[in-house]
Amino acid sequence: MLTLECPYCGVKAEETELQAGGEAHLKRYGPGSSDDEFESYLFMRKNPKGVHFERWRHAYGCGKWFLAARCTATLEVFGTYSAQTKEPPADLQAKIKAKRPNWEGYK
Amino acid sequence: MSKAVSALGGVSHKGFAEVAEAGLRGMITVRGDLSSAAMKKAVKAATGTAVPAARRIEIDGDKAAAWMSPDELLVMVPYEGAQDAVAALEKALAGEHHLVADVSDARSVFTVKGSKAPEALMKLCPVDFGTLAEGEIRRTRAAQVAAAFWKSGADEFTLVSFRSVAGYVMGLLEVSSRKGGEIFPA
Amino acid sequence: MSTRLSKGGRLIDRAKPLNFTFNGRRMAGYEGDTLASALLGADQMLVGRSFKYHRPRGIIASGAEEPNALLGLGEGGKFEPNQRATTTELFDGASTTSQNHWPSLEFDVGAINNKLGRFLPGGFYYKTFMFPRFAWKHVFEPVIRQSAGLGKAPTARDEDRYEYAYAFADVVVAGGGIAGLTAALAAAKAGKRVWLMEQTAHWGGRAVVDGVEIDGKPAEAWVNETVEALGKMDNVTLRTRTMASGLFDHGYIMGYERVADHTPGDGRPRHRLWRIRAGHVITATGAIERSLSFAGNDIPGVMLASAVRDYVVNWAVSPGDRTVIVTNNDDAYRTALALLDAGLLVPAVIDARPEATGALPEAVRARGVRVLAGHGIAKVKGGKRVTGVSICVQAGEGAEIESIACDAVAMSGGWSPVVHLWSHCGGKLIWDEERAMFRPDPKRPATGDDGEAMVTAVGSANGFLTPDEVLADAHKAAGGQGKAPAAPAESEAPMMPVWIMPQGAGPDLRMKMWLDPQNDVKVSDVQLAAREGYESVEHTKRYTTLGMATDQGKMSNINGLAILSDALHRPIPETGTTTFRPPYTPISIGAIAGEARGDIFQPLRRTPMHAWHEIHGAHWEPVGLWRRPYCFLRTGEGVHDAVNREIRTVRNSVGLLDASTLGKIIVKGPDAGKFLDMLYTNMMSTLPVGKCRYGLMCSENGFLSDDGVVVRLSEDTWLCHTTTGGADRIHGWMEDWLQCEWWDWKVYTANVTEQYAQVAIAGPNARKLLEKLGGMDLSKEAIPFMEWREGTLGGFRARVHRISFSGELSFEVAVPASEGRAFWDALIAAGEEFGVAPYGTEAMHIMRAEKGFIMIGDETDGTVIPQDLNLQWAISKKKDDYLGKRAQERSHMASPDRWKLVGLETLDGGVIPDGAYAVAEGVNANGQRNMQGRVTSTYYSPTLNKGIAMGLVKHGPDRMGEVLDFPVDNGKVVKARIVDPVFYDKDGEKQNV
Repeated sequence: MLTLECPYCGVKAEETELQAGGEAHLKRYGPGSSDDEFESYLFMRKNPKGVHFERWRHAYGCGKWFLAARCTATLEVFGTYSAQTKEPPADLQAKIKAKRPNWEGYK
Repeated sequence: MSKAVSALGGVSHKGFAEVAEAGLRGMITVRGDLSSAAMKKAVKAATGTAVPAARRIEIDGDKAAAWMSPDELLVMVPYEGAQDAVAALEKALAGEHHLVADVSDARSVFTVKGSKAPEALMKLCPVDFGTLAEGEIRRTRAAQVAAAFWKSGADEFTLVSFRSVAGYVMGLLEVSSRKGGEIFPA
Repeated sequence: MSTRLSKGGRLIDRAKPLNFTFNGRRMAGYEGDTLASALLGADQMLVGRSFKYHRPRGIIASGAEEPNALLGLGEGGKFEPNQRATTTELFDGASTTSQNHWPSLEFDVGAINNKLGRFLPGGFYYKTFMFPRFAWKHVFEPVIRQSAGLGKAPTARDEDRYEYAYAFADVVVAGGGIAGLTAALAAAKAGKRVWLMEQTAHWGGRAVVDGVEIDGKPAEAWVNETVEALGKMDNVTLRTRTMASGLFDHGYIMGYERVADHTPGDGRPRHRLWRIRAGHVITATGAIERSLSFAGNDIPGVMLASAVRDYVVNWAVSPGDRTVIVTNNDDAYRTALALLDAGLLVPAVIDARPEATGALPEAVRARGVRVLAGHGIAKVKGGKRVTGVSICVQAGEGAEIESIACDAVAMSGGWSPVVHLWSHCGGKLIWDEERAMFRPDPKRPATGDDGEAMVTAVGSANGFLTPDEVLADAHKAAGGQGKAPAAPAESEAPMMPVWIMPQGAGPDLRMKMWLDPQNDVKVSDVQLAAREGYESVEHTKRYTTLGMATDQGKMSNINGLAILSDALHRPIPETGTTTFRPPYTPISIGAIAGEARGDIFQPLRRTPMHAWHEIHGAHWEPVGLWRRPYCFLRTGEGVHDAVNREIRTVRNSVGLLDASTLGKIIVKGPDAGKFLDMLYTNMMSTLPVGKCRYGLMCSENGFLSDDGVVVRLSEDTWLCHTTTGGADRIHGWMEDWLQCEWWDWKVYTANVTEQYAQVAIAGPNARKLLEKLGGMDLSKEAIPFMEWREGTLGGFRARVHRISFSGELSFEVAVPASEGRAFWDALIAAGEEFGVAPYGTEAMHIMRAEKGFIMIGDETDGTVIPQDLNLQWAISKKKDDYLGKRAQERSHMASPDRWKLVGLETLDGGVIPDGAYAVAEGVNANGQRNMQGRVTSTYYSPTLNKGIAMGLVKHGPDRMGEVLDFPVDNGKVVKARIVDPVFYDKDGEKQNV
């Protein structure tokens, strides 16, 4: 059972206090988008063995959604960060790259 | 008799710790910019305390302000004073984006008393009591429901849950504090 | 005979005799005994029957690895099967029974399987129960079910109580032997918060039994001093009777504490499941001795050498008067010395190694014991008890060169580190050729959330078998400063791997060499599996059931792996091990459930009026975690009658519905209108203050997910009602969009569902009833349909909504939850003259169906869009966007062929079964009848005195009057006509008065 530190309240919460929300940094496509764009937004999800960015909600705590970067194979957590961001912070990306030199990078 | 009654009518149980429903308490959800001058003034007027820092609760007698999230406080006052406090908070925050909601009747309040009070809560909440700071409010779960608690006295914790699950929470507290269940017998 | 010795026994207190029964026979033991030591002390070697062949089974081990001694313990509400006698402490009055035999342990009919053994080889089940197919259902399965399972499931409710506890520590040490104590002390001295747990009731592990000296003191004295020192440290928690049962992600370790197994009835919880979060875990879990594979090694009286030593030293129990020792290592000679010290006979030590000249063998020789190096046991003689052994040369094929009479055999095949915890979360093993063991590979540990090792194995769990090495390893691994405790001793000669005894044994002997005595897996079964092509150890395990018994092969799995490797002509590390899975030994279901049983099995949400409902005949229906009255039963009334009465009461006079469970979410802010326009398919920003509007919410996939009435409270504040089950979900959904997508929009939400008790007062007399309470003008002019007002009703602070889900004149009134019960009481009292009655969810459902109102979860199932339900009127055409809009533009969603909502009226007036499908002409690609619609809601309407239904039908609204066929059970077909779904008061005159 995972533990993740909520970047909003600083609690290192265990998984039972959290709600998983799937892949992070999805771009919403609404009316006017092509079928391909909409399909990719609604259904296409990454499923990497390795570095992954996810949405989590501190459901039994402060109630805030936050984002987490972790390795799906080893469960190493590289960091958690604000949900109000379009992509992972540069310093976090650099940290991951240092730990996983073969990581192809974000996007 | 007042028409307003708490969910469990103040029931209590005495095990290795004493658990009791604490009765009605005025509780107000306040959302807004916690760092604004208006917020500081509003909270001071309502509770006599400062705006609490993250995960902190500021207590002044029978009033308190607790940090719930980066944009939310729980203001606590005596039950009878809740409506006036709501009106005052509304007025004080009128100039800025905010939300004030009376939630006094949506909650149940419990006390867990005794030197072994943490041992009852340790069975229910995935919280490290060894590092729980004085003046910290911890939002977590008690077994299967949401709860928040803080140390409200030398040997006392106050725990808040939703009103609808008051019976469940009291059931949890009662069984967890039953004699013989001391985790660290003296 | 096994018996109690007159002296000794470091763990028993002879001043405290305890009585117990075994299969009804009275026996006696002492405080400090395990069930196993007490049984042996009472000469009860035979304790059960094996699973497959029903062979006699005796106690083999003294700890968690015991495969045989599984007993039923207790009676009635305290009965539990499969209790391991070697790890269960004796208590006064214990009632134990042996398992897996009929009619008795001594005479067991099932033992016929033993005679048929040659017809029950490995993979027997897979080979036999294939054909003919019908036989599975009618012959094989019933027979197998009869004989399946070890022990009997309890029939009475468990009388005991169980609980969880959460703990946190920098370092968690699993195992309280000398390695664990050393590691804990080193970590504690370094200032770490330390948690140390030991599965037995005693600290010290094997060292105290083996007479080791540590720092010049007897191990027992050193252990006591160390425990005392640890006990004085504030940063240390010590826990005996607590087994580290599993290690999981991010340092999550489970501790199974047997709080009161040994003191039943003293008011304490029986078990406590510790859920511990560790910064780092040190596994000091020791090692387990292996059996040797020789013919007849399963006969009662054949035991592990270390166990024999334990019984003599710890409990003053001798497993036999004459014990032959058979070994491939020096350690087993300690057993010979322990037996000799106790005044017992050791006719010989059979050592498979060509020579045995180390310090320990020499010490044994010096006591006058024959040591037969280079020899082995050809076979053990005896049935329910060992009577002797036949000796052969290890290098040969098993020809007897000598027979030795004895009543016990102590065997040692070397030691296997307990690597379970290390492995549970991904730690890898390496094969140590010299010691012939799998041990933790320090380069490949399980890692934690920081990517670093989260486990370190120390001591014999790490492959070190001498006390000096063990102490040094534990001290160093835990960051100990200064010198490690020392236990110098003369070195031991290397062990020699012996997987089969004698090495050239033929088929007759191999068929009698047990690897898994509980499941009856023999050397020959594993060799057969290899011949039949099972190369993966995981497959062989499942094919032969090796190691699948409740002991999970702790004692002899390694022997099986070695035999498989040998049969496949490949090295052992290439075969590898099976997967180690938690729990280490079985833990009770009660501990897993913890406090969650009875009234607090799961949370029950109660409205403020719940207690009133309970005493007024509520027939409950679970809705989410709430329980809502389905109807209120009066004396002598059936459910159906009650529902019909309630509906008539509402239609004719006035009824009350507890609607407190409906979700209520405040949405406020300058951008709240814009936000709600995105959330709802309707336009909510234009709703005037003071008015209510019914709204629909869809998922981004376009499907209808929730509905409810939205109330405009003020210029920048709305109150959104959701379905009962939807409150938390929709609030979470709102926060998700506000936090993760539109975080620059100025909107706050608050879930105030439980702040209010809400009551629907519905029926032609609703206004009259409320006017009796007084305080507000409730006239049509003052509060028109679909509007709301705030005020005081009968002294209650109230928000009154003119909304109707029943089709009648209806007010939904919200008051503070704390006053909900008083308000309800006031309504009941005021309504008396009108014959007011509470109504339940079923009456509500039927009345809404009479009106053609949809219900989330009935008309919707996650595949239905609002357009399917003819709700176009609630979908704004002016908006560029709302959640679900893009999805609804997809070609399939916009297709005119979608099934759409209609009413259905059976031709015979009966009630059509829920979920029934309407068939169309022809068949589909799978040869199944084509479908053209289905029933979504169906009821008997007491108002119309006939069955009414709603359903989704292809092109339905264009086919009014058509009759559809709905095949139902028993080949019958119900015929129903497509009609308007609004069955009652089509123009809405009754609600708008």
